[in-house]
Amino acid sequence: MPALKADIITQLKKDILALQGFRPLLHQNQQIDIGTINHSFPNSLFPLGVNHEFICNDHEGLTASSGFITGILSSILKKGGAALWISSSHTIFPPALISFGINPAQLIFIRLRNQKEILWTIEEALKCEALTAVVGEINTLDLIQSRRLQLATEQSGVTGFLLRTHQRIFNTTACTCRWQIHSLQSETEDGLPGVGFPRLNVELLKVRNGKPGSWQLKWANGKFNEVVVKTSSTIEEHKEAV
Amino acid sequence: MKRFVSIWFPYLKTDWFSVRQPLLRDLPFVLVVPDHGRKLISAANESAVKRSIYPGMVAADAKAIFPSLQVTDEQPGLAERLLRRMAEWCIRFSPCVAVDGDDGLIIDATGCSHLWGGDKFYLEDIIARFQKHGYTVRAAIADTIGTAWAVARFSKDQFIIEPGQHAVALLSLPAAALRLDDDTVERLNKLGLRQVKDFITMPQTALRRRFGSQKVRKSGSREDGKKEWKTFGLSDSRSSGLITRINQALGTEEEIIQPVHPPAPYEERLPCLEPIVTATGIEIALQRLLENLCKRLKQEGKGIRTAIFKCYRIDGKIEEIAIGTIRASHHVDHLFRLFELKISSIEPALGIELFILHATKVEDHSSLQEKIWNSEAGLHDERIAELLDRLSYKIGMNSIHRYLPDEHYWPERSVKNVLSLDETTTTEWKVDRPRPLQLLARPEFIEVTAPIPDYPPMNFRYKGKLHTIKKADGPERIEQEWWIEQGQHRDYYYVEDEEGCRYWLFRLGHYDDVSYRWFVHGFFV
Repeated sequence: MPALKADIITQLKKDILALQGFRPLLHQNQQIDIGTINHSFPNSLFPLGVNHEFICNDHEGLTASSGFITGILSSILKKGGAALWISSSHTIFPPALISFGINPAQLIFIRLRNQKEILWTIEEALKCEALTAVVGEINTLDLIQSRRLQLATEQSGVTGFLLRTHQRIFNTTACTCRWQIHSLQSETEDGLPGVGFPRLNVELLKVRNGKPGSWQLKWANGKFNEVVVKTSSTIEEHKEAV
Repeated sequence: MKRFVSIWFPYLKTDWFSVRQPLLRDLPFVLVVPDHGRKLISAANESAVKRSIYPGMVAADAKAIFPSLQVTDEQPGLAERLLRRMAEWCIRFSPCVAVDGDDGLIIDATGCSHLWGGDKFYLEDIIARFQKHGYTVRAAIADTIGTAWAVARFSKDQFIIEPGQHAVALLSLPAAALRLDDDTVERLNKLGLRQVKDFITMPQTALRRRFGSQKVRKSGSREDGKKEWKTFGLSDSRSSGLITRINQALGTEEEIIQPVHPPAPYEERLPCLEPIVTATGIEIALQRLLENLCKRLKQEGKGIRTAIFKCYRIDGKIEEIAIGTIRASHHVDHLFRLFELKISSIEPALGIELFILHATKVEDHSSLQEKIWNSEAGLHDERIAELLDRLSYKIGMNSIHRYLPDEHYWPERSVKNVLSLDETTTTEWKVDRPRPLQLLARPEFIEVTAPIPDYPPMNFRYKGKLHTIKKADGPERIEQEWWIEQGQHRDYYYVEDEEGCRYWLFRLGHYDDVSYRWFVHGFFV
C-alpha cells in the first residue's frame, strides 16, 4: 500500500508541475550526482539545457562557484562533448580541472574584457548545439539580456552557467536556477594537520518549479558528497550515548 | 588578324643547370646521354658552343678538344617539364600559350600587346622576365606562327614583324627557317634553293611534284587504337611537307596550337547587368557565388581556409572583404555567415558591376562520416569550428585559447596555449600536487606575518583585508628553470583562512634572505 501511495503522490506532483506550466526538457537524459540537492528540482533531475545563475561577490566566491560548476561539468562531460568557458577577470588554471574530473583539452577558453562582446559571445555559444555547456562570467545582467540568453538555451539545449560578478543589486533576471556558493572551512580526519577536502556551502536561491534550499558539499573521490551538519547538540547526544 | 610570339630557348637545359649552380655559367658545360656505350652530348651551353662543341658530338671527343669541359648527366624529361611550367607561367602574357617542340613556346598574342603599350614593349617584357630568371631567350612577334618561329631563330636584327609584312620578312631567311626536316632542306640546298626567296614564289604545283604536300602519316596511338591522320601539331613540326609549311608561314593555311591549361583557380565570377547598390543585392550575389564555388569544392573534396570576395565598382575601385576559417569548410551557410559580418563594410558608391569570389587558400576537407547523433563528437564537431570562426571575427583569434600540458614545473609555463582544435600531446597533466582553480595572471604582493622559517604564515593582508590562516599545507618548492630564466625559487603554501577560503601563497626566495617577498598566486575551491 505505501508503494501505491508514493506512486500516487509522484503522479500528482507531476500533474501539479504540468498545471504550473513546467515543460519537461527534451535534452534531459542525464542524472547529475549531487545527492539530496536533486530533490529540490522538478522530477528530481538537475535541470540541463537551461540557464543557471551564480551570484559571486568576490574572488573567493567566483572561485567557489567555478568549482561547483566544474564539478557538475565533469558529470556532463563524462560522455564526451565540449564546453566553452568565457571569462573576463580571472583565468582558470587548467591543471586544477583534472582534480575535478575534466580533461582541460575538452574545454575552449575565451578571455574578453568588453561586456558587450562577452554577452554576444555567450549568446552565440549558447546557440551552438554542438556544445554541451557554456560558462560565462559577466558583470551585470538585466532582464532583457538574461531573457535572450534563456531563449537561446531553450532552443539549443546547451546548458548555460552564468557567473554574475560584482552583483550589488539583485535585479530580476530570467533564469531557471540561481545559486550562491561560498567556501567553507575544510575538516581533516582525526584533526590531522593540513587542508582537507574542499567544502562548499551551496545555496539555491531560486529554482523554477522547485524548492530552494541550502546544503554543504564536500568534493571527494571525484564527486560532491553531502556533509551532514553536526550541530553541537548532536555531538553532545553522541557523547551521552557513548 | 592574329599575332603570335615565338620564344626560343637556345640553351634551355644548360641554363637550368646554370641557374642552380651559378659557377657553371661562364664555364664550358655540356649535358650528356649514354648512347651505345659512349656518351653523346645532348646540350651545350653558350660558352661551349663558342668553343665549337655542339650537341651530337661524343663527350670524349669534346673533352679532347677542350679538356676542362664540365660534363653532367642529363635529366630525362627535363625540357618538357621546364617548358610546361614556363608555358603555365606565360599565362600572364596571354591566355593561350603552347609548348613548341623541345626548345620553345608559342604565345597567341592576338589583342594582348596593346596592354603593354605595343609589340615592342610586350616583347621586351617577355625577354626581360626570362633573362631575369637566368634563361637565354630569343623571341619574335609576327602574324603567323611559322614566321614568328623562323624570325626568332634565324633573324639577325629584326624581331618585330609588322602586321602584313611576314611574307617579306621570310625572304632572306634560310630554307631551314620554314620548319622543314633535314632531308628536305638538303634536297633544296642541292637544287641551289638556299633561301626562302629562292623557292617561295615558285608555282606550288612544281614544288608539289618534287616535295609533295602530304601531311605525314603517323600511326596515332590513342586509346581506341585507331590509326588516324594526325594534323601537323607542333610536336612533329619538322616532318610536315614543304607546301604546308610554306602556306603556314604565309598564313594561307591555318595552324592550330594546343594551349596548356593552367590549373583552374578556385574562383567564381558574377557580372551584373545593372549595377548593384544595396546590401541585399550583395548578399544575393555572395550567396550565389558561394553556392557555385562550394559545389565544386565539395566534388573535389576540398574546403576553403581563406577567401576573398571582391566587388568591382563602376568607378573602377575594388572593394573587398576577406575571411578565414579554422578548419577547411565548404559549408555555404557557414561561409556566408562569416562574410555577412563584413558586408556592411562594403561601400557600393555608384554601384557594383562585377563580383568575384576567390578562394585564396584551399585545403583537403576531411569529411567526417555523418553520425546519426552528433552529440559525442566533442571538439571535432564541425559546428564548433564554425562557431569559433564566427567568434574569432568579432573578438579576434587571440582571445580564444585551448590548453595542453607543457613540460615545465614553473606554474605559468606548465600549460601551453594551442590554436588548433585537433592538436594533442603525449605529455600528461601533472596532478600530484594541489593546484588552484583560479590562477592570477600575475602574482599579487601580500603582507604576511610568518614567525618561523619554513612554516606557513600566521596571517596575511590581501587587498586591505586581514586573513588569519587556520590550516595549511606545504611548502612545495618550485625552482626557477635556470635554463630559461634566472631568479629565485618559490615556496608554495596551500592555506585556508578562518572563513574557509583557500589560497595559494608563495614566498619568493629564502626566509633568511634580505629580500624575500610573499605573494598570492591563486584561489582554490
